[in-house]
Amino acid sequence: MPSILTIAHLTLYETRRRRIVTAACVCAVAFLMVFGAGLFFVHREQLREQRPFLQRQAVMSLLTIAGLYAVNFLSVLFAVLLPVDTLSGEIDSGVMQTVASKPIRRADIVIGKWLGHAVLVTGYVLLLSLGVMLVVRLIAGPVAVRPTAALPLMVLEMLLLMTVTIAGGTRFSTVTNGVAVLGFYGVAFVGGWIEQVGAFAGSQAAKTVGVVASLISPPDALWRLGSYFLQPEALRNIGAGPFSTASVPTTLMVWWAAGFTVAALAFAVRSFGGRQL
Amino acid sequence: MTDRVIDTRELRKQFGSTLAVADLSLSVSAGEIFGFLGPNGAGKTTSVKMLLGLVDPDSGQGTVLGKPLGDRVTRGRVGFLPEHFRFHDCLTARELLRFHGRLYGLSGSDLEIRVDRLLARVDLLDAADRPLRGYSKGMLQRAGLAQALLNDPALVFLDEPTSGLDPLGRLLVRDIISELRDRGTAVFLNSHLLGEVEATCDRVAFVKQGRTIHEMSLARSGPIIDVEMRVSPVDGCLLEGLTAFGTDIGQVSDGLVRMRVESDAVLPAVSRWLVERGTSLYSLQTRRKSLEEWFVEVMGEDQRPG
Repeated sequence: MPSILTIAHLTLYETRRRRIVTAACVCAVAFLMVFGAGLFFVHREQLREQRPFLQRQAVMSLLTIAGLYAVNFLSVLFAVLLPVDTLSGEIDSGVMQTVASKPIRRADIVIGKWLGHAVLVTGYVLLLSLGVMLVVRLIAGPVAVRPTAALPLMVLEMLLLMTVTIAGGTRFSTVTNGVAVLGFYGVAFVGGWIEQVGAFAGSQAAKTVGVVASLISPPDALWRLGSYFLQPEALRNIGAGPFSTASVPTTLMVWWAAGFTVAALAFAVRSFGGRQL
Repeated sequence: MTDRVIDTRELRKQFGSTLAVADLSLSVSAGEIFGFLGPNGAGKTTSVKMLLGLVDPDSGQGTVLGKPLGDRVTRGRVGFLPEHFRFHDCLTARELLRFHGRLYGLSGSDLEIRVDRLLARVDLLDAADRPLRGYSKGMLQRAGLAQALLNDPALVFLDEPTSGLDPLGRLLVRDIISELRDRGTAVFLNSHLLGEVEATCDRVAFVKQGRTIHEMSLARSGPIIDVEMRVSPVDGCLLEGLTAFGTDIGQVSDGLVRMRVESDAVLPAVSRWLVERGTSLYSLQTRRKSLEEWFVEVMGEDQRPG
């Protein structure tokens, strides 16, 4: 256990100097500024034109969910690009030789890195999401979007992607790993749209393709379930908003995604255990 | 209870179609400074990695400190400086040593005392709180040497430890190796620098194309003093008579005879014998064979170092 915490501590300590973290923070701040500016002008227009309260609420809710969708996108990139070289880079540079030759288990190295990155990725998702909610609250006042159920799903989505990235790093080079994991997310993304369009068009085959894609690559399904919980009851009933979900993943998908994450971590531990350094 | 800190028999490792190590069979005793010599690609680094458990051998047997290769607890008594020591350059040397110390299970004031002591020993105390990214190659190498000694190891693996070091740095490494010997720590030294090996090692092994082909002691020299004498006349009786004093006797050219003796203590007896039998002795010179000459002789001219 102490070795795991030592590795995790080093992972966290390194971040103060890592350019990817600086870039992610700059992107986050820039996004919040752009989002805030857009929200401000829309809200002002709505007030000037004296739109009804419910209409203003609907527009603000949709913009809030759009903001959280952007958070989801930024977090996906962070969850993949932050840990992409944590194992492969250290193996290639030779750093791993002095670490792995210490009296620690290979599993401790993997789990320690997982833990450190999990803290960072979770922190990024939560801070950015709360940033969006705060910006909305400051500009538009209370809005009928409740992130309570959605945030854990977004966190699980990012942890899943992060874990798959770490697992890939036990076998692939940094660039190959990054491309592979983003491709893995791409399968989820496209599968999600196929499922939604299939549901709209009444095509069971398309819906099935989408579900299978989600089983192979669960991240997008977690966002869709989360966005369903984000939406106020009224918007769900209308069924016409850009983030409406015609086909909502079940909570079974949450368990599947959690199990997928654990399996990916187990694979990472086993794979790195046999890796010739 | 064996005093062998390393004992291997026919260790073998192949990567795909490349046979990196064909037959690693050697032993190193406690407190011994052991040199591992061979040209690039001979399998030296892969051999060290097998002994450290970084790479699994395909076949063969081996023990380190009496335990099977890769034993985790044993690694707590072993230090390792890889050939190109690298670490996260945002850390300072002090932070680097603390991190590695914690991986050894050290903590608290004991760790801090060791860190300070080692930083002073490798002459990095002044730079200890600066990030590694500002270090020269030599400074980085010295930081790596310090991390290899954190746990007061019983066995240390040094892979090209003087790489990047200036002459003062090399002297520092030699001094540290001497101190390790005095403390009873065994050192397994990979080096291309034959002068370094000759100056520090007790015993060396030559490795060629993944195979240990020759071992010899440097502490006890053996027949490595070459003697060259100019005599007349040279005949079969003379050459046969010289076999009583040494080996490898041969006539190089007209009047020039070479032989090898174990010690220069026999030379007065050789010159006395030549004079008493009526042979004219014009000159008698000795030359101790250098490790480089041994290297070339064992490896062959095609594997000349450097």
